[in-house]
Amino acid sequence: MSTMTLQEPARRFEELLGHGAVITDPVRLRTYECDGLTHHRVMPGIVVLPESAEQIAAVVRVCNEYGLPFVARGAGTGLSGGALPRADGVLIVTSKMRRILSVDAANRRAVVEPGVTNLAITEAVRDLGYYYAPDPSSQQVCTIGGNVAENSGGAHCLKYGFTVNHVLALEIVTPDGDIVELSDGDPGYDLLGAFIGSEGTLGIATKVTVRLTRAPETVTTLLAAFKDIEQGGQAVSAVIGGGIVPAAIEMMDALAIEAAEAAVACAYPEGAGAVLIVELDGPAEEVAHQFGEVTRICEESGAFELRIADDPAERAAIWRGRKSAFAAVGRISPAYIVQDGVVPRTTLPEVLASIDRLSREHGIRVANVFHAGDGNLHPLVLFDDAEPGAGERAEIVSGKILDLCIEHGGSITGEHGVGVDKSRYMSRMFSDEDLDTMQLVRCAFDPRALSNPGKIFPTPRLCGEVPGVRKGVHPLVESGQAEHF
Amino acid sequence: MDLELINDCVHCGFCLPSCPTYVLWGEEMDSPRGRIHLMKQHVEGTPMTPEMAGHFDACLGCMACVTACPSGVRYDRLIEQTRAEVEREHVRKPDDRALRAVVFQLFPYPRRLRAMRLPLRLSGGIRRKIIPRLERINPSLAAMADLAPPVSARVRLPHRVEAKGSRRATVGMLTGCVQGEFFPQVNEATARVLAMEGCDVVIPPSQGCCGALSLHSGQEEQAKRFARRTIATFERAGVDTIVVNAAGCGSTMKDYAEILEGEWARRAGAIRTVDLAEYLAELGPAAERHPLPLTVAYHDACHLAHAQGIRSQPRELLSAIPGLELKEISESAICCGSAGTYNLFQPEAARDLGDRKAERVLATGADLLVSANPGCTMQITAAIRRRGAQEIPVAHTAQVLDASLRGLGRVPTIPA
Ligand SMILES: Cc1cc2nc3c(=O)[nH]c(=O)nc-3n(C[C@H](O)[C@H](O)[C@H](O)COP(=O)(O)OP(=O)(O)OC[C@H]3O[C@@H](n4cnc5c(N)ncnc54)[C@H](O)[C@@H]3O)c2cc1C
Ligand code: SF4
Ligand code: SF4
Repeated sequence: MSTMTLQEPARRFEELLGHGAVITDPVRLRTYECDGLTHHRVMPGIVVLPESAEQIAAVVRVCNEYGLPFVARGAGTGLSGGALPRADGVLIVTSKMRRILSVDAANRRAVVEPGVTNLAITEAVRDLGYYYAPDPSSQQVCTIGGNVAENSGGAHCLKYGFTVNHVLALEIVTPDGDIVELSDGDPGYDLLGAFIGSEGTLGIATKVTVRLTRAPETVTTLLAAFKDIEQGGQAVSAVIGGGIVPAAIEMMDALAIEAAEAAVACAYPEGAGAVLIVELDGPAEEVAHQFGEVTRICEESGAFELRIADDPAERAAIWRGRKSAFAAVGRISPAYIVQDGVVPRTTLPEVLASIDRLSREHGIRVANVFHAGDGNLHPLVLFDDAEPGAGERAEIVSGKILDLCIEHGGSITGEHGVGVDKSRYMSRMFSDEDLDTMQLVRCAFDPRALSNPGKIFPTPRLCGEVPGVRKGVHPLVESGQAEHF
Repeated sequence: MDLELINDCVHCGFCLPSCPTYVLWGEEMDSPRGRIHLMKQHVEGTPMTPEMAGHFDACLGCMACVTACPSGVRYDRLIEQTRAEVEREHVRKPDDRALRAVVFQLFPYPRRLRAMRLPLRLSGGIRRKIIPRLERINPSLAAMADLAPPVSARVRLPHRVEAKGSRRATVGMLTGCVQGEFFPQVNEATARVLAMEGCDVVIPPSQGCCGALSLHSGQEEQAKRFARRTIATFERAGVDTIVVNAAGCGSTMKDYAEILEGEWARRAGAIRTVDLAEYLAELGPAAERHPLPLTVAYHDACHLAHAQGIRSQPRELLSAIPGLELKEISESAICCGSAGTYNLFQPEAARDLGDRKAERVLATGADLLVSANPGCTMQITAAIRRRGAQEIPVAHTAQVLDASLRGLGRVPTIPA
């Protein structure tokens, strides 16, 4: 679509939102060309900065009128290119919608606008003795709208669950511009569940009702240093196998530790080939008991140093290294790919050994950071973008790591989503029939495929990525198991 | 502009919530990540459009993004280079140009600044009448008049102040242009505190500007000239440590070796610049602290907290005073909007940030606000005055310490 044809909708947006809330200048537009995954870049056709659900609905209706695709964006920290704009479409940015609308401590819920950051919710309720449990490492910047779209998680999701377990209701603008509410109390289909994790393809969240979690009575954090990853992995298996559910159990390997040291001088034990961070929380008595168990297991698995934090400052010191790890690899490598995959916890040692082999074979360093408790790996594939061919080799290693995850019965994403980046891996994990069935769900919400098209699915099918084009009859429809309505 | 420094940015966005302009407007182009993206566009060949220059001009240079960045991006270097590039490439509108010319010919020159004080010396009533009128003509002029504090009597500092008791060190002291002209009491207090803590204080006369204002506004050559002159002045005074009580000056002087080249860089490296609080904390207390029964809110000046990493030292010095209770201001890492000449060139944004800060300062309920930078002091006082709220007295860390060491029982504050 040419810029000419975007002029008219742009004018309509200006009428609706005001001049300052519509960006058409190319220099400005380009600053929105990518999210946290910078090698996918597209300059958006138009950027709008709405301030209310009504404005978003109006924008979406205009998009429908002109057949323009639209993409939602929060803070643009996504790591799968989910918020990659469309050159022929509109980027709807929620960064001005950051009001906390209500806090209801008695009923343990808060209602917030989609551009509110994850951490801002916790900060708003901390004095009341509550917090918002899912804690992605990017929590100080990523938005709750982005969290909903990606079903984001973090270190503490092992015990407390992901975004989907902490969102009680949503107000959304549907792909055709209606404002509707989805709630976990609704009878019938769990549409709320379908929306969470849909990566912006089923509409735009405009209000989020979150569950507030009571701050635990006691929190104890422990840092254990091991000679190598195998010992650390053994400790993880023994802890979980022993029936203990820590609030978090995180592991970093030597290279990831090196990066964190360079960035935040976290002063982890010298000579550690792996560190394990275990956090226990709950009633004091329970924590004390579990703490004894965990220290024993760590020592038996070969931990050569244990550090214990009981107060917030010491705890922050332990977490600082882990929380900064992704961004910190920038200190030890000019460029890197953050990979995200899942394997069954018991296969961790085997998969890590294979990753190590891949790394040596291709001459590409891989730093490992992971949510060890649920087998969610975050290999950081390091390369020098100035070196010819290095980027390609890194891509190969990165892709092969996902193959490893699938081979071991895992998944190609734990929490960063599919976006554009992993859509091509979807057909390695799912059959065509599986993907077609997912498309049926998508088409039920978004028959014209205007809401974040080109994401998640490897190839356009069924209702198609081109408005109005349908390719053949879906096998489920043909066999009478599903129907269009 | 250095592409390598630009490429250090991995686009993670961790700096966004700490950036005052992003906090205000929520737009990518006015965030550190967006500005670095614009720099990259420019290096790759996009011309410096007025829109692009506007986003660089809107940056406060507060360096909160440097503190927040886990990848160690040198935004401080980048924005300095970019500002110089803006001055080379961007043709400003005539009125903007005129205002800049006035400011750069005025502020870094103490003598001229002194002459200007007269028209700025408007007492309360006249001030309230004239500012709305100026606002209509030119918001920047209004900002200037609104900020300028009433002038206090001129103070001549001696060239040398002897240590009380046994001498522990000999240090030079920077008087600073704005500090020296508008807040001479702060310099007096600084000299006294240093002396009471056992330092001989050397105060060279006619010091001139350190170059901070020029550097932060892309006036590279003027900045270098001032830097060389300052170095020579203190070399002549025979000191190798310079104690600075204004955050903006201190952060620039610590960078002299990076700003200058060759022989001058070496000479810069031979002199150590320290902030007053940093120096006193390092030296350790010698003189007795007398009680001050006060609740104090401490304001982090960006050029102290972000540019020099000095956060704990002033808090420790203040908390060590018997009877003094320290309160934290929420959102303390967000700039008050003063940022050197920012409140003159970007008056609307500065005003919004000032209001935000004033609200949070007042929420502490403290008796006294402590600020270690003259720009912040003027900015926050003006914002509180605008709100029509009960004004909160403001003092510099040096004045609080001075009052405690001398056992005054109260802090003689800066008249607002
Ligand atoms: C350094 C770093 C560390 C990270 N750590 C973690 C981690 O520990 N765990 C984790 O899960 N993720 C992590 N992430 C990934 C990222 O922060 C999350 O995916 C986050 O939820 C994205 O939020 P955002 O506001 O930046 O969304 P964006 O990147 O702007 O958008 C992400 C997706 O959400 C959609 N979207 C945005 N807003 C809405 C809305 N209101 N309604 C519907 N769709 C919307 C977009 O279209 C896009 O598909 C990390 C990222 C970085 C850079
Ligand atoms: S220096 Fe301050 S205003 Fe400028 S980009 Fe960084 S945080 Fe924002
Ligand atoms: S925090 Fe640092 S690396 Fe991340 S976007 Fe900001 S400047 Fe770039």
